[in-house]
Amino acid sequence: MTAALALGDDALVLSHRLGEWAGHAPVLEEEVALANIALDLLGQARVLLSLEGDEDELAYLREERAFRNVQLVEQPNGDFAHTIARQLYFSSYQELLYGQLASEGRSAFAPVAAKAVKEVAYHRDHAEHWTLRLGDGTPESNERMQRALDSLWRYTGELFEPVEALPVDWTALRDGWLTTVTDVVARATLTLPGGPQVGAWTAGAGRQGIHTEPFGRMLAEMQHLHRSHPGATW
Amino acid sequence: MLTLADLGVLRGLHVTGPGRVEVELTPTYTGCPAVEAMSADIERVLRERGQEEVTVRTVLSPAWSTDDITAEGRRKLAEFGIAPPRTTGPVSGPVPVDLAIRCPHCGSTDTTLLSRFSSTACKALRRCEACREPFDHFKEL
Repeated sequence: MTAALALGDDALVLSHRLGEWAGHAPVLEEEVALANIALDLLGQARVLLSLEGDEDELAYLREERAFRNVQLVEQPNGDFAHTIARQLYFSSYQELLYGQLASEGRSAFAPVAAKAVKEVAYHRDHAEHWTLRLGDGTPESNERMQRALDSLWRYTGELFEPVEALPVDWTALRDGWLTTVTDVVARATLTLPGGPQVGAWTAGAGRQGIHTEPFGRMLAEMQHLHRSHPGATW
Repeated sequence: MLTLADLGVLRGLHVTGPGRVEVELTPTYTGCPAVEAMSADIERVLRERGQEEVTVRTVLSPAWSTDDITAEGRRKLAEFGIAPPRTTGPVSGPVPVDLAIRCPHCGSTDTTLLSRFSSTACKALRRCEACREPFDHFKEL
């Protein structure tokens, strides 16, 4: 696995998931916000995948097992709280990861990380504000936000599995992530999930090309047009 | 009209031979779809001015910041109804006291954030509490 694929696939897959909210978001402002975040991620994915090869071939012509994204980003949107929990977990991780990569000037990832970290800071801020609002909102919103945090928790352990050739201090990344998430969750009057950060029955993880069931259906939709009409443009 | 130079996205222009020009362009946001339009415009204008071989190269480093928007660019943004970004970098000289975002329509500083993401990724949506008009704010990056 190459690091460009790991980072690029994370961004691409989450971008597609967020794009699925178009036409379905609870309010117009959120429709726009989620689409904007998706666009930032798509831009990052294009730069990262281009470091590896042809961006279109990589995005549209690879089979499921060749994708190296973490399983967290491929999880279905669920309700709005579910999407926000996924955003909180992932953007907190991505901001710290890009922050470290940006400061490692010799890495090929430094330029894109330095640029993207500023965008991701807004994504994390967006997720943080919504977590506070839903957690400290009505009993219904609190319950749903808690349920979302709990159900996605088992996908967070994989985030800190070292990716080969990335100059990252993974222990510091994990500690920083836990501090950030713990703080937001506490302020939102929610409870940090306590269970294991990996599923008991997983046969591997996204970085090894092992994905969860919903990912295949997502890819089928994402790749359908390009596979049916190769080279289509509009 | 806000120019690419006002926006601070032009990073370099090299004449590499007779009728051959290479332009370096940096995106505001990594996924900014306007980069392609900007790039096409640069090529078209330079070709119209007699340059036969025009190459536009995208550069990411150093990352673009809203601090790269010129004073003239900020003035034009406000004139167009978009509140310009505040400076984010270290300020030389006295630190400005007024950090509020001013309504581009009536000038009031009594404005509220409605959404961090607006019509494009680079803007936030705000409302003026004095004149009640919504407006875009070019958010700091």
